[in-house]
Amino acid sequence: MTHLPYVAASYALALVVGAAFAVDAWLRVRRAARRLEAIDPRRNREPRG
Amino acid sequence: MSPASGRSLHRFANPGRFLRISGRVLPFLAVPALVLTLGGLAWGLFVAPADYQQGDAMRIIYIHVPAAWLASGGYLGLAICALLSFVWRHPLADLAAVEIGPVGAAFTALCLATGSLWGKPMWGAWWVWDARLTSVLVLFFLYLGHIALVRAFDEPERGYRAGAILALIGVVNLPIIKFSVDWWNTLHQPSTITVTGAPSMHVDMLWPLLVCVLGFSLGFAAVVTARLRAAVMERRIRGLLLAQAQGS
Repeated sequence: MTHLPYVAASYALALVVGAAFAVDAWLRVRRAARRLEAIDPRRNREPRG
Repeated sequence: MSPASGRSLHRFANPGRFLRISGRVLPFLAVPALVLTLGGLAWGLFVAPADYQQGDAMRIIYIHVPAAWLASGGYLGLAICALLSFVWRHPLADLAAVEIGPVGAAFTALCLATGSLWGKPMWGAWWVWDARLTSVLVLFFLYLGHIALVRAFDEPERGYRAGAILALIGVVNLPIIKFSVDWWNTLHQPSTITVTGAPSMHVDMLWPLLVCVLGFSLGFAAVVTARLRAAVMERRIRGLLLAQAQGS
């Protein structure tokens, strides 16, 4: 493959950026849902996820 | 927009309803996004042919073009949220704008970085002050300005207003980005895919590119939706804690 370092760096960058945002969003939702349920368990069962 | 459609807009702006609907929609965004993005990238990297002039460096297109599309598309989303906030006082528009900002900035940075990685072997330079590159760099700074502005005030509402003004002013940069390759004699190549004309690339390269664009777009939508869900819940937490503090 020609220009391998440039192609590999581009793909690695895309995967790292995508994974970082996906994991951050998932953790943030999970943390908020748990905290909400701890504060008001009766009213806030639904939004978990 | 008619008053009826404005009302329906507000119906879906109810935070509780948003959490319910987005919770159901999110898997249908996230799973296809993952499958299409990984499938499209593998297709582009291992199956699609190399370019007869650029060789394998052309495979960077499968990241660069979707990132560029989402950099502009994300900013358009930001501007639409600003408009919804100003005109209809949409309760979720400001939160959506705040959550779109960092994701859009990341995709703009990815577009610039992959452009550099493509430019170095093709042009012999990491960066040139070409109209397309410079206008995308301006877009990146607009995103950074928006991120900073919405967090710069003690009162969130003031930050949202300032950010919305910047988002609406900055939208003028989008046609400049789009038409920069036509208006000026740029080193950057003209658009490969246009709405009116036939694409200037072979179908064996076009299909993986379209799959990547769709996958990246669904991924962008999934991440923004998840961040917005978190933001809505965090706002509810703040409200509940405030109510508890005032009640005690």
